[in-house]
Amino acid sequence: MSSTADTVEREKNLQGIGCSRKRKEDPRFIQGKGNYVDDIKMPGMLFADMVRSPHAHARIKSINKEKALALPGVHAVITAEDLKPLNLHWMPTLAGDVQAVLADEKVVFQQQEVALVVADDRYIAADATELVEVEYEELPPIVDPHKAMDPDAPIIREDLVGKMEGAHSKRLHDNHIFTWEVGQKDETDRVFETAEVTVKQEMTYQRVHPSPLETCGCVASFDKIKGTLTVYITSQAPHVVRTVVSQLSGIPESKVRIISPDIGGGFGNKVGVYPGYVATIVASIVLGRPVKWVEDRIEHLSTTAFARDYHMTGELAADKDGRIKALRVNVLADHGAFDACADPSKFPAGLFHICTGSYDIPTAYARVDGVYTNKAPGGVAYRCSFRVTEAVYLIERMVDVLAQKLNIDKAEIRFRNFIKPEQFPYTSAFGWEYDSGNYHAALKKVLEAVDYEGLRKEQAEKRARGELMGIGIVTFTEIVGAGPSKTCDILGIGMFDSCEIRVHPTGSALARMGTITQGQGHQTTYAQIIASELGIPSEDIQIEEGDTDTAPYGLGTYGSRTTPVGGAATAKAARKIRAKARKIAAHLLEVSEDDLEWDVDRFRVKGSPDQAKTMKEIAWAAYNNVPEGMEPGLEAVEYYDPPNFTYPFGAYVCVVDIDKYTGVTKIRRFYALDDCGTRINPMIIDGQIHGGLTEGFAVAMGQELIYDEGGNILGNSFMDYFLPTAVETPHWETDYTVTPSPHHPLGAKGVAESPHVGSIPTFTAAVVDAFAHLGVTHMNMPHNAFNVWKKIHELGLDKRS
Amino acid sequence: MIPGAFEYHAPTTLAEAVSLLKEYGDEGKVLAGGHSLLPMMKLRFAEPSHLIDLNGIDELRGIREENGVIHIGAMTTENELIASQLLWDKCPLIPEAAKLIADPQVRNKGTIGGDIAHGDPGNDHPAIMMATDASFVLHGPDGERVVPANGFFLGTYFTLLEPEEILKEIQVPVFPRNTGYAYSKLKRKTGDFATAAAAVVLQLDGDICTKINITLTNVGPTALKAEEAEQLLTGKVITEDLINQAAEKAMAICDPAEDLRGDVEYKTHMAGEMTRRAIRQSLDRARGN
Repeated sequence: MSSTADTVEREKNLQGIGCSRKRKEDPRFIQGKGNYVDDIKMPGMLFADMVRSPHAHARIKSINKEKALALPGVHAVITAEDLKPLNLHWMPTLAGDVQAVLADEKVVFQQQEVALVVADDRYIAADATELVEVEYEELPPIVDPHKAMDPDAPIIREDLVGKMEGAHSKRLHDNHIFTWEVGQKDETDRVFETAEVTVKQEMTYQRVHPSPLETCGCVASFDKIKGTLTVYITSQAPHVVRTVVSQLSGIPESKVRIISPDIGGGFGNKVGVYPGYVATIVASIVLGRPVKWVEDRIEHLSTTAFARDYHMTGELAADKDGRIKALRVNVLADHGAFDACADPSKFPAGLFHICTGSYDIPTAYARVDGVYTNKAPGGVAYRCSFRVTEAVYLIERMVDVLAQKLNIDKAEIRFRNFIKPEQFPYTSAFGWEYDSGNYHAALKKVLEAVDYEGLRKEQAEKRARGELMGIGIVTFTEIVGAGPSKTCDILGIGMFDSCEIRVHPTGSALARMGTITQGQGHQTTYAQIIASELGIPSEDIQIEEGDTDTAPYGLGTYGSRTTPVGGAATAKAARKIRAKARKIAAHLLEVSEDDLEWDVDRFRVKGSPDQAKTMKEIAWAAYNNVPEGMEPGLEAVEYYDPPNFTYPFGAYVCVVDIDKYTGVTKIRRFYALDDCGTRINPMIIDGQIHGGLTEGFAVAMGQELIYDEGGNILGNSFMDYFLPTAVETPHWETDYTVTPSPHHPLGAKGVAESPHVGSIPTFTAAVVDAFAHLGVTHMNMPHNAFNVWKKIHELGLDKRS
Repeated sequence: MIPGAFEYHAPTTLAEAVSLLKEYGDEGKVLAGGHSLLPMMKLRFAEPSHLIDLNGIDELRGIREENGVIHIGAMTTENELIASQLLWDKCPLIPEAAKLIADPQVRNKGTIGGDIAHGDPGNDHPAIMMATDASFVLHGPDGERVVPANGFFLGTYFTLLEPEEILKEIQVPVFPRNTGYAYSKLKRKTGDFATAAAAVVLQLDGDICTKINITLTNVGPTALKAEEAEQLLTGKVITEDLINQAAEKAMAICDPAEDLRGDVEYKTHMAGEMTRRAIRQSLDRARGN
């Protein structure tokens, strides 16, 4: 009979769910053996470089390629004129708009792609870009989104003039993209009219950039003999790219192979298809040779997808005890010159309507208007589910504003408004069905851990001495795991994901998924799921992703969807294999399936546990001794369409001390409690949380893509764009509770984006709280020393007696 | 981020370097640590046809003391300054300030001479050199001349260095006893230039300040010397009230350029605040606290 100790030992050997297994990816990255797009070398490969616009808004009068073409080693200079006959000078965006691949008659943002130069090496290509002569006639730019719909505003998108039926609504102005409304407008207005208390706050969520360490690029190789196209690409969604490339080029999808090799971070920036990719693919098709294009950091920050740029007005109606009765939100969204927002097709503002947050708000209404400006396109989810960072920022800020107005403690007001544990599954005013949560327990645990009462006491003493100390509290709810195909699609493809598992005769396994790791550690954690489900040690399970010729079709990795969707597909594929294994075991042991029970890595006969067949034995039998009528082999594929999103949540506290003579904010303490349901690898979760908090710190305290009045982008290098190093990064304290998702096969919810979504408003809350006793209700990010000092100086706090 | 074409020269003697510089004139540019020049070349803001690399010239390296003066070869790297026990013993402001420059990778290649000769008001050594009463040995085709740091910096990227001259050596007098010193630098993050910084070197006789140098980084077209602030404090017992007055006088000479670090008002105030902090710390040190 198997002893308990034996069971524990066998479980330990599997390194399955719940084990802090070391990352399989790290040895190759630490030793410099990663294989990124720029590491790809192909025989006869040429190099491309981009000619870009120096102007934010200008008409192209002429392009003269002669001097560039005369430079030895230059093979081609491709412009919109060359793409026109192929109908590839414009491409569709994920948001129902079109985007110029290479500028067609006009440039509409600075650094826009104008011409692609292809040469023997990247040095000649760089020299040749300087020899392409482009004559521009400058036009007045629109930089401020609030001025985009002025009656006399210059028209940015001449290609859309007269087309007032937009992809999502009627367009109200030539620079208007859409109006999107959700919730009960009239009812909300009525509640506001009769409410005991109302508050209103304007806030700007600045334009930022995800800035993964690896910039974007691709190597395209068209084989003229076979008619096949292979593209190595920095993509978070290689299968979708294959479909788009096939549709655009007319090459059958079976002859297009997209490979995402090692990816150096994505954070939403690598979801879409960029002009550089398309132009490089065309160059390879035209020249019949492999072509590599990899952008530099300035190009990356200036032209690839930004995030946010949301100009929000929030309003809460409440009773005098702070119980919220209604939420009203109006947003002006700056989408840049093309609407290249990456959202599920039906949601032009993503999942922004999760903005009722963790609170039981009976009535709500939100309206978002998207406008064009002369800035780079984008609007992607930077380490968050679609527009959830904006939503959480809005509601968390508004709850604080209400607390200050009513002089209610910022923790207490949250307890008064939380959705109660017994209300789950809970349907929000905007119609989302929250799967599970326990917000009270989470916040209570955090307040005790940081000695919240003691902190407030210390703050009161410091305020009396004229010192600036702030305490920020955030209790957020995320919505991740897009998504159920009834509501979510990308270009018409449902947002399912997939897993294929093959168990080999000797009992090891190969599994492939439609997702793609960019640093999340999929090769480690997917194997843990399969190990627990199949009783095969995770060391014996090989995980492969990113090659569309081998992996099953999937929608990719972003929006914290891998564990909720891909992880579920993996568990279910494994369970199909286990079901077949059970039949084989019954056959081998000559008992009925019902007489068997699963025991870590084997099926054993109930009541006679010495009679057992291990998974290893069953795998062998699957290839030579299966029951009559059963096909041999031990493989399964699962395409998983989730029934709902998952709703991770957390409670964060941040304590800051502000130097009132310099404006420098010191993050004294940051305590983050996350609940992501079942935890697959606690070490990787901690790592993801550290990373998300650090990126949240970066956004809140320093990141911003700034444009001057002429539409010139400022701060587009790491000189100014804030990427914190270990020196600047605060110490993080992490904690957790576990509230499993009831609908996910493993109870897991996804975690990597929670710390980003949750931490950003926590930093703002802490900084504002330092000034709250002086009547300050909000300060816009980034809270760098300069901006904070301006508030200090305005309030006269830096005066010396 | 790819520079234009250039020819690379690697002289092994100073004479050879100067003759190359003479030969190529405006087309030539000397390369020290490369942390200012190479980024400018990669952005094609600078496109020299001939790059004359000074890294192979041994006579430009080394730190030694002679008759109360420390001689620092222009090609001495920031990390070598930080590693020099002689400097920590005799002129500790230099290695202490060097630790605040850029980041470890830059300090491994970046040189004191390059930092000075580039004439960038954002660089830290100009203010340090002015505060320590340093002099520079300039080596040209007709021999050498020695010029004081004060007066060497004429404007942004513009110094007394003639086109055919190379900065050979920095000479710094050893700190007398009872010297207090400090470099207060406000920066946004590791690797950034100063939003504003102040260097202070002072000497006390009892409680009386007998001499004080106050210099400022990145709040004007060059490093600035706050002479009125110095005069205010010289010969006096320095009080908190005098420190505030000195800071006001330092702020009065600031003429910073607005950028993403801050506007003119902020940078000016930060120059004042850094001045206060540097004077306070210098006093503490001179008093042996």
